[in-house]
Amino acid sequence: MLKFECPNCQFIADETELSSGGEAHITRETHNSSDKKFSSYLFYRKNPRGVHFERWLHQFGCGKWFIAARCTLTMEVFGTYSAQTLKPPPSIIRKIKNKRPDWEGFSK
Amino acid sequence: MKRYSVFSLVREAARYNEGWERAWRSPNPKSSYDVVIVGAGGHGLATAYYLAKNHGITNVGVFEKGWLGGGNTGRNTTIIRSNYLQEESSAIYEKSRSLYEKLSQDLNYNIMFSPRGVMMLCQTEHELRAMKRTAHANRLLQVKTEMVGPQRVKDIVPIININGPRFPVLGGLWQPRGGTARHDAVAWGYARAASDLGVDIIEKCAITSVKKNGNRVSAVDTEKGIIKTKKLCIAVAGHSGELAKMCGFRLPVESVALQALVSEPIKPVMDCVVMANTVHGYMSQSDKGELVIGGGADGYNNFTQRGSFQHVEETVAALIETFPIISRLKNLRQWGGIVDMTGDRSPIISTTPVDGVFINCGWGTGGFKAIPGSGWATAELVAGATNQDLARPFSLSRFQEGRMIDESVAAAVAH
Ligand SMILES: Cc1cc2nc3c(=O)[nH]c(=O)nc-3n(C[C@H](O)[C@H](O)[C@H](O)COP(=O)(O)OP(=O)(O)OC[C@H]3O[C@@H](n4cnc5c(N)ncnc54)[C@H](O)[C@@H]3O)c2cc1C
Ligand SMILES: [Zn+2]
Repeated sequence: MLKFECPNCQFIADETELSSGGEAHITRETHNSSDKKFSSYLFYRKNPRGVHFERWLHQFGCGKWFIAARCTLTMEVFGTYSAQTLKPPPSIIRKIKNKRPDWEGFSK
Repeated sequence: MKRYSVFSLVREAARYNEGWERAWRSPNPKSSYDVVIVGAGGHGLATAYYLAKNHGITNVGVFEKGWLGGGNTGRNTTIIRSNYLQEESSAIYEKSRSLYEKLSQDLNYNIMFSPRGVMMLCQTEHELRAMKRTAHANRLLQVKTEMVGPQRVKDIVPIININGPRFPVLGGLWQPRGGTARHDAVAWGYARAASDLGVDIIEKCAITSVKKNGNRVSAVDTEKGIIKTKKLCIAVAGHSGELAKMCGFRLPVESVALQALVSEPIKPVMDCVVMANTVHGYMSQSDKGELVIGGGADGYNNFTQRGSFQHVEETVAALIETFPIISRLKNLRQWGGIVDMTGDRSPIISTTPVDGVFINCGWGTGGFKAIPGSGWATAELVAGATNQDLARPFSLSRFQEGRMIDESVAAAVAH
């Protein structure tokens, strides 16, 4: 079972206590955006086989959102951080790079 | 190819079964193909077969990173039905189901199609209304289904408890010609027939990168060297994102784990497929006597082919009220597959942003039933046939045009 430390309440939560909100750091498009950008915001996803950043809701806990860095292939969790960020913090990036030297890095 | 028949059985029985030949060739790859197909699951193999059979395109190489049929095609619970809500889905799934009816004869391979009937239960008022709507839609599209009352459900499925208390059975959507087939045999049968028509199937040979000339595909890099091709058809289910990345585009698809399990074998207790969408579980009985049980998919991206354990418990717990007899059964095996989910729960059969690259994916939790129809439609697309009516609605452009083919509401557990 997946376990994450919720950065909002510091509780180590089982996945049954959480619900996944999908890919994090997606730019929200508006009515001014092109059709292509808007459909990509709504439907197109990175879906990587490896390092992934995703939103989780501590649903049956503090009720707040956070972001987790996780490997979708090994289920290893690299860390969690506040949902109020536009990209992964350097400390998390460092942690991932240490464990996955070949990782191509974060990009939008 | 030596044909299988009652005579070949007798002949081989009389000579110690020493005369059987391999079902398909395992050649070394050629340096180029007219069409390269990635993935020897049902969809890739059926596409190859219909390219050769219906369109005369036989210089085709199917590349498989593992063994043929080892992906979701060999991991699914084999439910075949065509009682979908939308017109476009009905067309392709019913085409598929009707091809299944004669597939053993067509391929000269017993795929054990068993049209034992599929019962979709209605266990809330809402579900009852939704299923009635589906039944009407089916009737308009000439897909044979009918709504039946609780007592008829009980007659068809004697082991069922229709009285609840939490989720009493209020009725069911019954498709008498739905059913199951032997999943491995579908892959093997298509492989054998395609190989006989000249298609090369290269196992244990992953595609590792895609080479382009401008915006057109020119070759693929494989574990057995570079193979030139002008047409590339991707049919890798959960790994579609990986292949798309090699080509340089993204897909509206997310990969998640879906699990199933079987009980220890017992005597025959249920001779149809029952799906309980409200509680997220479904069940059938295999020829070996195992109860084959499946449920919902995990809610997050996953490539482990394992899935989370609590889902198994949820699925079984949910089914116990409706099928009290399973409460004492032992779990024999549990496994998972990585399924490719789209936003509207309908597949993608489409050209892509790269010229010459075609994609068949997004079948998610329910693409086994679609293998013959999907192969048929994808072959029409790849061959550039004049009639591409089956595939056209499922193009990638629907996500930009807002032209969704919404099957997510129609089937909570979409198999
Ligand atoms: C537990 C479970 C239950 C299911 N139940 C049902 C059901 O009851 N009814 C139903 O209709 N559907 C069901 N499905 C869905 C169904 O199994 C799939 O939709 C269908 O089998 C997909 O077939 P495919 O050929 O697209 O993919 P697959 O069979 O997965 O084949 C894709 C192949 O591509 C190969 N591949 C991947 N990457 C590469 C690469 N780089 N190079 C070369 N090869 C590569 C893989 O090894 C794999 O063999 C279920 C799925 C699961 C997991
Ligand atoms: Zn919390």
